[in-house]
Amino acid sequence: MMLIAVDLDGDGAHPAAWRHSGRRPGDVLTAAALREVVGAAEAAGFALATFADSPLPPSRGLEAAGRLEAGTRAAHVAPLTDRIGLAPTLHVSTTEPFHLATQLASLDYASNGRAGWVVGTASDPDDLATVGADSPTDPAEVVEVARRLWDSWEDDAVIKDVATGRYLDADRVHHVDYAGASFSVTGPLITPRPPQGQVVVLAPAELDIDFQADIVLVGRDFTRAVQAKEAGAPLVFAEIEVVLDAGAPGDERLAELDGASPWPDSGRLRHTGSVAALVDLLRSLPPAVDGVRLHPATLAVDLPILAREVAGLFPPPQKGATLRSTLGLPRPASRFARR
Amino acid sequence: MTTPYDPNAQVHLGVFYTGVGPQLIWTSTGNKPHVAIETFTEVAQLLERGLFDAFFLGEGLRVRENQGRIYDLDVAGRPDAITQLSALAAVTERIGLVATQNTTYNYPADLARRLASLDLLSDGRAGWNVVTTDNAWTGANFRHGGWLPHERRYERATEFVETAKALWSSWEPDAVADSAEAKSWARPGAVHDVQKDSDLVRLHARATVPASRQGRPVLFQAGDSDGGRELAARHADVVFSANTDYDKAVVYAADLRARLTRHGRSPDSLRILPGASVILGDTPEEAVERARWVREEQISGPRAIAFLEQYWNTDLSAYDPNGPLPGIEPSEGELDPSRGTIPIERRTGKHALIAEWRALSEAENLSILQLVRRVTPEHRTFVGTPSQIADEWTHYVRTRAVDGFNITPHLVPSSLEDVVDKLVPELQERGAYRTAYEGTTLREHLALPTPA
Repeated sequence: MMLIAVDLDGDGAHPAAWRHSGRRPGDVLTAAALREVVGAAEAAGFALATFADSPLPPSRGLEAAGRLEAGTRAAHVAPLTDRIGLAPTLHVSTTEPFHLATQLASLDYASNGRAGWVVGTASDPDDLATVGADSPTDPAEVVEVARRLWDSWEDDAVIKDVATGRYLDADRVHHVDYAGASFSVTGPLITPRPPQGQVVVLAPAELDIDFQADIVLVGRDFTRAVQAKEAGAPLVFAEIEVVLDAGAPGDERLAELDGASPWPDSGRLRHTGSVAALVDLLRSLPPAVDGVRLHPATLAVDLPILAREVAGLFPPPQKGATLRSTLGLPRPASRFARR
Repeated sequence: MTTPYDPNAQVHLGVFYTGVGPQLIWTSTGNKPHVAIETFTEVAQLLERGLFDAFFLGEGLRVRENQGRIYDLDVAGRPDAITQLSALAAVTERIGLVATQNTTYNYPADLARRLASLDLLSDGRAGWNVVTTDNAWTGANFRHGGWLPHERRYERATEFVETAKALWSSWEPDAVADSAEAKSWARPGAVHDVQKDSDLVRLHARATVPASRQGRPVLFQAGDSDGGRELAARHADVVFSANTDYDKAVVYAADLRARLTRHGRSPDSLRILPGASVILGDTPEEAVERARWVREEQISGPRAIAFLEQYWNTDLSAYDPNGPLPGIEPSEGELDPSRGTIPIERRTGKHALIAEWRALSEAENLSILQLVRRVTPEHRTFVGTPSQIADEWTHYVRTRAVDGFNITPHLVPSSLEDVVDKLVPELQERGAYRTAYEGTTLREHLALPTPA
């Protein structure tokens, strides 16, 4: 058993992917383009779609300078899908932690329990300058406050008791009173407890917050997978960039893409070659990891092959399932609930 | 001065769905679950069937409290507006989608980017209702806390809006390549950085998206103070005003159009849509009876006690809502903001107000409940048959007092079904309401000029 996530940002993970998209470059910024790739991923049976993001254009140069904000992308496809998980990257240093927690809880409502969050830590000086900040925010703090806020309304807080005129039970809605190193939040969240209790948190291994994550995302260094499990992470996924044989061999495609615009090494595994070899690789990974997140170099070319040959190897999510149930994760009780 | 008269003037309608608060009658079966996406979808699609210009969502920053406890009598808890509207953009085709977002507890580049993304995903249907917040109690959920003094909130709002507009126009119209063979995705020099370094707004950013089909999100402004009106006259496309009574609306429109002229804008470059409640009946008597029921539901006994507690700032739960006003003296302090933002005129002088209430209730022998129903401020409510209200609204727009209304519903969705199915056809019969959407963008629905 293996869980497969796929990142569906833009035209693909490679910075030159737009040259092979088969459409006008600006069309990537339309709802139609977004719906097409998410629809294809859901129909194929992927467990989870993620949406990479950045506070500044994805390339600091002139390649692929456009990107819709990821939270709005995930929300947009929520009512059009009914089984695939939806996890935008939201960045902790360039957003308000309270808004971030609210946005994710709202995505969980809009998708009826299929929201995830890829914890983003864009914090180069250029990124921080977009919000006039001088120093980055510790992701551990923001994950902690988000989880507290998602718990701040107990599940049964809304009582609608006509006899007493009470819409909610004030004893079941809580201040979180978080005071961290760089910010504090009183709470409660403005949104009642999300359908999954807490949104599924995906944390890249380099953040070193394994114990706070539901899924730790590891690169080539699989010793991190072992460490993450030891730290108590429920699930570990390997990050794999994919350039498949498609018409031309994968390495030729990659050379051509890199010729237009080099793809920097991100520390992830990279599979260049046949889809059969990719399937062998995936089958060889457990039990070191529980799943993978695929980063297709070019969505227009690689996604249809992955959809046809890879997604179907493993059982697809059930219609109407929450992301937690697809991943086999329990629904957490609120920390504020009386036992 | 002669009264202007435009026989072709059209009523523009929006719904301001706060999602929380005392106007929503949650005890009735006419209300659906308040946070479910299905409820929002049903309402937005209903309004689209009614050819409404816009669906507005309110903004939550802090759950309301009373006497230090979470306030439990009103509907509370709502989704993030931009997230929810991005979802609704997928299940609607024409209606405008307007997010209320404050300029105090947001970052300009972050908010401008989310709004621009909504604008592109909805293909030109996004709007932003610009609001300000000034109290430290709300700020306790945010990084900067209560750092902004009241008198500076519109300064910050103005700089914030100007920064957002700069980001939205920072891509030249032909910035993106038109073929995969181009040298680069974006034309060199066609995407401009935006930089601002004042004591209220500090950033250096680059927009990640170009303009939508409507140029930029439509800007709504609701503040009624001098600062709010100036912000509206300089930057807004639509005002969501509180001046709903006809005479006030006429004066307000004249003031605003004079301000527009002073800022070099055409008087017709701004739409005025005051807030309104609508209660319809098949006969005038039925409408009046329904309005009485709505008011009684909205101000129940426990709510009347809680209302007084805000002013007395002490526990009054032992008092009978059907009995006389509490004889005890209120606490010395003024109102605390934990029940929601307090209008500036109510922030001081509560003792004088309480003295007035005592005099009124003694003179007319009013119980707590009767008094509170009398003195609680409310949006202007239009009560009548569809035909009566259609006549009234047609008169409002033809004499240019307003351009339409922003309806605050009391039952969701049933009170809006009445508006769509009964009032809209009456307006159409009078030639004062569209019979089909003519444009696709929110700016086109509102007949607003293309932004420069």
